[in-house]
Amino acid sequence: MRDLLQIPIRILVNRIPPLLVAGIFISVWQGLSMLVYSEFLLPSPSATLGAIFELLINGILINHLLTSLSRVFIGFTLAASLAIPFGLILGWYGRAMNAFNPLIQILRPISPIAWIPLAILWFGIGDRPAIFIIFITSFFPVLITSASAVRNIDASIIKAAVNFGARGTGMLKKVVLPACFPQIVVGLRISLGIAWVIIVAAEMVGMRSGLGFMILDARNFLRIDMVVAGMVIIGLVGLGLDRLVCSIENKIRRRYGFSGV
Amino acid sequence: MGSAGYDNIKIAVRDLTKLFSNNSHNLHALEAINLEVGEGEFFCLLGPSGCGKSTLLNIMAGFEKPTAGKVLIGGEEIKAPNPRYVTVFQDYGIFPWRTVQENVEFGLEIKGVNGSERENIAKEFIKLVGLCGFEKRHPYELSGGMKQRVSLARALAVNPEIIFMDEPFGAVDALTRMKLQEELVKIWGKENKTIIFVTHDIDEAIYLGDRIAVMTPVPGKIKSILEVTMSRPRIRTGSDFLGIKEKIYSEFFGLEKCQQKVKL
Ligand SMILES: Nc1ncnc2c1ncn2[C@@H]1O[C@H](COP(=O)(O)OP(=O)(O)OP(=O)(O)O)[C@@H](O)[C@H]1O
Ligand SMILES: [Mg+2]
Repeated sequence: MRDLLQIPIRILVNRIPPLLVAGIFISVWQGLSMLVYSEFLLPSPSATLGAIFELLINGILINHLLTSLSRVFIGFTLAASLAIPFGLILGWYGRAMNAFNPLIQILRPISPIAWIPLAILWFGIGDRPAIFIIFITSFFPVLITSASAVRNIDASIIKAAVNFGARGTGMLKKVVLPACFPQIVVGLRISLGIAWVIIVAAEMVGMRSGLGFMILDARNFLRIDMVVAGMVIIGLVGLGLDRLVCSIENKIRRRYGFSGV
Repeated sequence: MGSAGYDNIKIAVRDLTKLFSNNSHNLHALEAINLEVGEGEFFCLLGPSGCGKSTLLNIMAGFEKPTAGKVLIGGEEIKAPNPRYVTVFQDYGIFPWRTVQENVEFGLEIKGVNGSERENIAKEFIKLVGLCGFEKRHPYELSGGMKQRVSLARALAVNPEIIFMDEPFGAVDALTRMKLQEELVKIWGKENKTIIFVTHDIDEAIYLGDRIAVMTPVPGKIKSILEVTMSRPRIRTGSDFLGIKEKIYSEFFGLEKCQQKVKL
């Protein structure tokens, strides 16, 4: 009987603090907005909620959200499908790594936003420059984690595989890929997070659609409640994306027997 | 008849030298190693850390190239690793994403053995190393000793002629280690393999080996080779066991120091 009671109590104990913190945050926000008393400086939580509903009902939000998501999805998928194999090659062949590393280290710190002028010049307007920016954003983190995943494979694992005669594609499929998988998935999750941050910035600077543009557009019409509504949506969707990849990651880790790590 | 009482020489090491060279200096890891190991022999390489035991084993197993000299296995010079000579590593080298069963099947899979036969062979060796009931477990669910059993079963499954073992029980506690040693001797008795066993544990070498090569460092050399004629299973506290131990101490520390130690 006591055990039966303890489980819900533990769940409550785990759930209450985060709710409390969120509650305090919203109250402070409400209080500040009442102090400031200007819808143009800080819309209240309820005004923001209202704006979210308005954007939902007139369909604007869904349109921009889908635009942003599809740009991220396409750019990210393209980047991953090139960066993973390239990273595996770099990780496996030390010489290739030596040759490419300086170039990678120079290109990597360039903010993807700095590519926007070129992206627009090369790809015009619409989705393509945004996809290109997301490609640049995701490519390097995935490349680097894939390469380091290969380099970090336990030497004994490779030696054992060689010992049993594993070579070529057998080695790749049966040993290298599964050994690297968990680390690569971590790299994918991190770079998807960054991509979601960058897409909004990119859409603010140089695009005519997407959540970033929606926020900028709302500001131009002095709909600050919609600006904040856009920010809240970005945060929620970002959280959702991370949770999604996290659950995939956990499944893979379990499938590949890494869940003890 | 190079190796005590064995009809066929399985492994011959001839004038083996290994230099590791960095940008600035050379490290003489092995110098003038000569060895012969008989077919079916249990041969121990014993020495302190850094004396080149792993280097020697890696060269014998084909993972590294010697600077000079050569290793012959069954009369042929060894140039690359080969599933007929399988190494069991101190850190296991088992695949974390594969279950026990799948790990043991790995070598057979690469060989192209079909599924049901593979399964049967793997079952047999999982049973031999005492892991029945753990077939579906992943390595992270196993203790160090159990992981090493997996590694041994995986090696045995491809029916190798030689098993190289590099401090395989170095990472398990003393009691488990003794149990694993006992079982290894039993398995060796049944399976009729040649085993080269690297260790820095004197008791372990005496308990296991038909012969023990005592190695000293800088440069790595074989100081002497002792024969252990005690019948198995060996009694670790018996007087002949301690006698051999004393002999090995004197190889490492010189006779006088050794007698001082014994008095203490
Ligand atoms: N790849 C390498 N490059 C340079 N030096 C090496 C390399 N491998 C081993 N050495 C050196 O060679 C010597 C012998 O190393 P080895 O690993 O064979 O010793 P060991 O007897 O196995 O020691 P331990 O009991 O600690 O495993 C050491 O001084 C080591 O630093
Ligand atoms: Mg060693």
